[in-house]
Amino acid sequence: MSTTHMNTHDAHDEHHDHDPAPYNVFGFWLYLMTDCLLFASVFATYAVLFMNTAGGVSGKEIFELDFVLVETAALLLSSITYGFAMICAHNKNKKGTLSWLLMTFALGAVFIAMEIYEFHHLIVHGNGPQTSAFLTAFFTLVGTHGLHVTAGLIWMFIMLIEVAKTGLGSRTVTRLSCLSLFWHFLDVVWICVFTVVYLMGAI
Amino acid sequence: MSDHSSEANSHGSVKSYLTGFIWSVILTGIPFWMVMTEAFDKGPTYITIVILAVIQIFVHLKYFLHLNFSEQGKLDTYSFIFAAVIIVMVVALSVWIIYASNAMMM
Repeated sequence: MSTTHMNTHDAHDEHHDHDPAPYNVFGFWLYLMTDCLLFASVFATYAVLFMNTAGGVSGKEIFELDFVLVETAALLLSSITYGFAMICAHNKNKKGTLSWLLMTFALGAVFIAMEIYEFHHLIVHGNGPQTSAFLTAFFTLVGTHGLHVTAGLIWMFIMLIEVAKTGLGSRTVTRLSCLSLFWHFLDVVWICVFTVVYLMGAI
Repeated sequence: MSDHSSEANSHGSVKSYLTGFIWSVILTGIPFWMVMTEAFDKGPTYITIVILAVIQIFVHLKYFLHLNFSEQGKLDTYSFIFAAVIIVMVVALSVWIIYASNAMMM
């Protein structure tokens, strides 16, 4: 079904570059689904290893929930500011898109800064990833999410330059849509992280 | 919902983003409050925070990731359902196998 659909579009719209966009975004969505599986394996590892503290600290001793709550708030807010950036982008409002993107970038940077602080704090107090299986799994899981957010921030920085320089052409909006999926997807992963790691660990 | 064009549906509106945001604030606030104040016993707290997390994931999928069953969007939704099945198998079966073998070695 989709093949014939694509062929008719190819035949008609060789000069327009907006038709492949839904397929590009769908392709990116499929990549995100494979990324889900990466996170699923890391979550499974954490679920299996979190009780093996090797005589070291457990989650209850090292997690500071008010700190995590601020991190969560930054990420949640950045989700809605990115949503507003997308609405501005679809309305071809360049200034609005840039300012909402900038706000999203700032909130994402706050999140990453807090996470780096948390990791640094743990390591200097002798609770680095080499201490126990629990801490290895913790650093792997939270760190994998953090690396994704960092990649999202780099991508967002590039999109800021692209929007500022070239405006909101259909290609740029498609790229923004893919980043939108990526960013909101990371928020969904963070829901699992704060529930499974921080909240369950602190009960 | 039905009076919106599919175009508007797939991008979301200010209203839909705000609705999703308010829901996620509530669904984040309650579990943090429950754990931080230790207002309830451990068992009910575990169950409640898991249920609220699952609801929040669905809120995000609907309002932020715009998954739906429209002609345009259903492929996204089906691929997500497929991934979700695999995730449940990977996580739940790993945990089951490891904890069962752990129990046998006790």
